[in-house]
Amino acid sequence: MSKKLETAHAGTLESSDAFVRVIPINEKGIVIELESSVEEIYGDAIRALILESANAMKVDGVKLIVQDKGALDYVIKARVQTAILRATGESEPDWSMLS
Amino acid sequence: MKDIQKQFKTENLTSVNAPFFTCKEKKKGEDRRAKLCESIEEAIKRSGLQDGMTISFHHAFRGGDLLINNVMNIIAKMGFKNLTLASSSLASVHDPIIEHIKNGVVTEIYTSGLRSKLGEAISKGLMEKPVQIHSHGGRVHLIQSGELKIDVAFLGVPVCDAFGNANGYSGRSKCGSLGYAMIDAQYADYVVVLTESLEEYPNVPASLHQDQVDAVVLVDEVGDPSKIGAGETRMTTNPKELLLASHTAKLIEHSGLFKEGFSIQTGTGGASLATTVFLSEKMEEKGIHASFGLGGITGTMVYMLKRGLIKTLLDVQSFDEFAAKSLGENKNHIEISANEYANPSSKGASIKQLDIVVLSALEVDLDFNVNVMTGSKGFLRGASGGHSDTAAEAKLSIIVAPLTRGRLPTVTKRVNTIVTPGSTVDVVVTDQGIAVNPKNVELKARLKKSGLQIVEMQELYDRAIALCGEPAEIKYTDKVVAVIRYRDGSVIDVVKQLA
Amino acid sequence: MKQKLRRSMLFVPGSNTGMVCNAFIYKPDTVMFDLEDSVALSEKDSARMMVFHALQHFTYKDIETAVRVNPLDTPFGLLDLEAVIRAGVDIVRLPKTDTVEDVLAMEREIERIEINIGTTKKTMLLAAIESALGVVNAVDIARSSKRMMGIALGAEDFVRDLHTQRTKEGHELMAARNQILLAARAAKIGAFDSIFSDVKDKEGFMHEVDLIKGLGFDGKSLINPNQIPWLHNAFAPSQKNINWAIEVLEAAKDAKERGLGVISLDGKMVDAPVILRAEWIMDLARASGVLGEEQ
Repeated sequence: MSKKLETAHAGTLESSDAFVRVIPINEKGIVIELESSVEEIYGDAIRALILESANAMKVDGVKLIVQDKGALDYVIKARVQTAILRATGESEPDWSMLS
Repeated sequence: MKDIQKQFKTENLTSVNAPFFTCKEKKKGEDRRAKLCESIEEAIKRSGLQDGMTISFHHAFRGGDLLINNVMNIIAKMGFKNLTLASSSLASVHDPIIEHIKNGVVTEIYTSGLRSKLGEAISKGLMEKPVQIHSHGGRVHLIQSGELKIDVAFLGVPVCDAFGNANGYSGRSKCGSLGYAMIDAQYADYVVVLTESLEEYPNVPASLHQDQVDAVVLVDEVGDPSKIGAGETRMTTNPKELLLASHTAKLIEHSGLFKEGFSIQTGTGGASLATTVFLSEKMEEKGIHASFGLGGITGTMVYMLKRGLIKTLLDVQSFDEFAAKSLGENKNHIEISANEYANPSSKGASIKQLDIVVLSALEVDLDFNVNVMTGSKGFLRGASGGHSDTAAEAKLSIIVAPLTRGRLPTVTKRVNTIVTPGSTVDVVVTDQGIAVNPKNVELKARLKKSGLQIVEMQELYDRAIALCGEPAEIKYTDKVVAVIRYRDGSVIDVVKQLA
Repeated sequence: MKQKLRRSMLFVPGSNTGMVCNAFIYKPDTVMFDLEDSVALSEKDSARMMVFHALQHFTYKDIETAVRVNPLDTPFGLLDLEAVIRAGVDIVRLPKTDTVEDVLAMEREIERIEINIGTTKKTMLLAAIESALGVVNAVDIARSSKRMMGIALGAEDFVRDLHTQRTKEGHELMAARNQILLAARAAKIGAFDSIFSDVKDKEGFMHEVDLIKGLGFDGKSLINPNQIPWLHNAFAPSQKNINWAIEVLEAAKDAKERGLGVISLDGKMVDAPVILRAEWIMDLARASGVLGEEQ
C-alpha cells in the first residue's frame, strides 16, 4: 500500500524542535539519518520513535533525514507525521494512525 | 669580636630572594625600580623557573582574561616542559592551552573549572595525568598542606606600582576583588605581577603587597573589559528564570531564616539575580536588613548595599564592573581572600557565618548529590568553585535549576560526577516542584504551609524522565581524566575518559 | 458545582515549539493554543499536528485547554476541529464571531465530529467578539448555545473595525467591554478581556487589569507567562475578604455541628449564595497563593 511520495520537510532548527526531511528512495524500507544534540543519551530511542511513526503511516521507500535540537518525543512525532503528510500530499490524515 | 661574628652566618643575608640587595656596593636609591622587568621573558628568567615546576594564575578576569594565554605562549617559546599549571580556574578563552599540553609544556593541571574545547579535549584523554579539580576553599587548603607548591605565580592586575602594590578596583581592566590572587601572592615562592598601568609609589591601599612581590612587568593588556563581566547584569525577562526566582525568594521568606541581620550568598545567572531582586522587594516590605552579602558579588548586591538593605559586602570575586567599582568606593564593600572566604582549614572562613546560599546545578540526583562539573554527555564543562564549600557551611543551601534543559533531565538517578555531597544540600528548587532533603524535617513542614509545591525528589525524577525519556548510559573507558577533590583534599569522585 | 477559575488564558502560537512544550509550567488557568492569526498559512498543518499531540500529552492533562481554530470558510477550520476534538480539547475558541449563525455552524460541526468519534465529552465554545456587529449581537451570541462558556473581547481587531486606535486609557473599548460583560452576565457565562501586548510594561498592564477587574470581568488573555503572576496577584482577594469568608464558613460549620437550620453572622442571615461566595473567595485565595500558614 505504498503512496506516491514527493520530497517534503517540516519543523525548524530552533532549540527544542526537529527539522525533518522526507525523500523518496528507490529501495524498499525506511532509511533514517539522525543528527541529534542529545545523540549520546537519546539517539537510539529517537531513531526507534521515527521508525515507529513512519511505519504507522504505512509509508515505504523513504529516507527520513532528521536534525534534532533536543525536541521532546511528541514534537519529533508531530514533525515526522507532518513531513510525511506533505510528502504524500494528503491534507487529511487518518487520525487513528497518529496518536 | 671575630668570635662573635663567626656565630652568625651572614652570607645568607646576601642571597635572599632579592638579587639586587647587597650591603656594600650599591648606591642609595638606585634600586627603587629594580623589581621592574623589561619584559615577561625577563621576569620568567629572573624567577628561576625550571622544567617540572608549578606555575599559577588567578581567574578574576574570567572570560576576559588575556594574561594566561600570553604568558603560556612565552613560556612555551622559551622551551619549558612538564610544568604543572595551577590557575584558580580556567575559562573558555583558555582553549589555547590544548596546544601547550600537546607539546608537553603543561603535563599536570590543578584548577577549579574546565570548559569549552579544553574541557572536551581532556575528557577525550588529552592528558596523561588526570586534572585535579578543587573548590575555591579547597585550593587554599591544598596550598597550605603543601600538596600544591607554587614555584612561580603570574598575577595580572589593572594597576600596580613599581614596588608591587596592586589592586583590582582601579584602572582600565577592573576585575574588582583579587581574593584568589592574594593566596598566590602569599604562598608562591616567586611572585610576578603583570600590570596594565604603573602607578606612583605607594599604590595603597594594596590588595597584593610590596612585601609579597618579586617582580613587576608592565604589559599592554591583562584583560578585555568587555568580557570580564560574568554576563547578566540586568534583570532577566526569561519566564522560566523569573519563575525559579519567584519560588526561591518565597522559599527564603518562609525558611525561618528571613529575619533582621540574616546573611546571604547568591550566584550569577538570570535566576540568581532575579532572586536577589525579589528578595530585596520583600526586605523593603518587611523592613528586614541583611548583615552581609558574600561571594561572588554582583551589581545587584551593590545596589542593595547602597539602599541600606545589606550592611556589608564581603567580596572574594567581583562579577561585574559595578561590583568592581564599588569595591574601590564603598567602605562597607570589603575585599576578602579565598582563605577568609572558604578554606576549610582556615582560622576564620566567612562561609561559617553564612545563613543562606543560592546555588545552581547541572545535575542533581535522588540522594541530593550535585554535579556542576560534567554535562549530560560526560564532558568536563563547569567549575567546582565555591559550591561544595558554601553548601557545607551555610545554614540553608538552596539548589535552583530547571527540571529539564531542553530534553536533558536535571534530576537523575545518580549524577555523572559528585562535586557536592547530598548531605550538605538542603533544598532543590525546580520550575515543576521543590524537594526538601529528608533530614530537614522542620524546614519541610514549614515550607508545606507556605503554598509552595513541595514534592519528593523521586517525583521530580519521575517527572523528568516522563518528559525526556530514560537516558542511555554514557560510555567511559577506565582511564581517569579528572580527580574531584573535596574541600578537605579527599577524593570525592573521578571523571573517566569518554569512550 | 465548583466554578472553574478562569483568570488567565495564556495564548500560545501553535507553531512555536518552545512555547507549546513549556506553557504548562507557568500554570495559567487555561492554555489557549492558537492555530489562527499567529500561525503562517504555510504552517497551518504543522501547527495543527503539534497541537494535536500537545493536547494529548500528560503535561496538559491537568490543565484546561482551548484552541483557537481557523474560520470554517477557510481550508483549515474543519481540519482543525477534527484534530483538536479528537485530541480532547476542552474549549474551542471561535475566531471572530459576528452572528448567532457563526456559532451554530461551528456547533453543528463539533456535534458531528463528537458523534463520529463516539465521545461523551461535550467540547465547550468560547466566542471572540472582534467587531461592532459582534458587540451589537453579543447577548444573542452569548445565549446561542448550551456549550458557550464565555465571550471574549478581541480588542485589536475591534478598534480597527471602529476606525480608531487603542489608547492607554482604553476609552475606545468602553462600550465593547460593557456590552460584553452585560451579555455574559445575562447569559450566565464568563467574560474575558483582550491581551495586553506590551510585555515589558508591567504598570500599564496592572492598570488595565484593575480596570477590567473592577468592571467585573472573570479573566484576561495573556501573551507572556510573566503576566500570569501579575494577573493572579491582582485577582487575589483582599485580606479583608478572606477574613470575612473564613468567618462565614466557620459560622456555617458551627451551625451544622449544632444542628441549627439557620446560620447567622453578626445578626445577618447567611444563606446558600453567601456560602458559595465565601467558598469561592477561599478557592481564589488558595489558587493565588495568598493564604497564610493556618488558613
